[in-house]
Amino acid sequence: MELLINSFVVICLVSGLVFFAGGSVGIIRMPDFYSRLHPAGKLDTLGIMAVVLGLALFELKQWSLASVLLSLKMMLIVFFVFLSSPTATHSIVDAGIRAGLAPWTKTKRS
Amino acid sequence: MKKPVFPADSPLVRRLQSAFSFVCTFCFLFALWLVLSGKFEPLLLGLGFLASFLVAYFFHDLLFPGFHRSYFASSIRFFAYIPWLIVEIFKANFHLLRLVFHPRMHDLIDPHIVSIRTGLSKDMSIVTMANSITLTPGTITVTANREGLFTVHAIDRKSSRALPGEMLGKVAAVFGDEVERIE
Repeated sequence: MELLINSFVVICLVSGLVFFAGGSVGIIRMPDFYSRLHPAGKLDTLGIMAVVLGLALFELKQWSLASVLLSLKMMLIVFFVFLSSPTATHSIVDAGIRAGLAPWTKTKRS
Repeated sequence: MKKPVFPADSPLVRRLQSAFSFVCTFCFLFALWLVLSGKFEPLLLGLGFLASFLVAYFFHDLLFPGFHRSYFASSIRFFAYIPWLIVEIFKANFHLLRLVFHPRMHDLIDPHIVSIRTGLSKDMSIVTMANSITLTPGTITVTANREGLFTVHAIDRKSSRALPGEMLGKVAAVFGDEVERIE
């Protein structure tokens, strides 16, 4: 049982790190302002979900009131990131559109 | 908004509604206090009780505005919608991850802006739809207005083709909103 939980925690943490790495690489590789926000805003959301879920499970292994409360707090972090990340992404895109920055499109199309 | 169970203008109903929202807000705030504080000494419990009571007394109509019949049903359906959304986020995230690490990424992506008319009219369903679109990778909501008109920036054709699709029907069903599809 211990091994099962531990391996699940490790899977969560590693996949979270892969998502974070994807987000960072995406920010560098994408061509323009708007498309950079795609990996920045969303791969990070899933990354933090996976990492915090793994940590909360790890904390829940010693079943006590303190660890349950700690896990609940971690879930609150995920909840607020889940709410605020799309809102922040949207407002950055909105600011770009309002300022008149034209989105990058493929040259063969234009 | 659906009609409440009783006519909303009678004083008894109004008092019941405000008592209900007060109790809900108070329980919610106090539970949050317990989770965040994590200490169960009488002094801290009393302070939390006092703080939640005062905030709930002054601002109880902000969080739970009233006692509508549709209110419970749509919150339950909303919590049923979240797991589906998370699964969608997972699927779409893997697509974006593949795109990011792909050696020929610039051939695969094709950023463009599409506008979709959904016909959603309620504030909550428009907010949920906009946030769901943004959370689903490959698409970001640029603008959303009261008429249910969304402007969406999509990273490639595949993301924008899947756009209103199933999600729109689900969001509309959660909040009891009607949908018109004009392509």
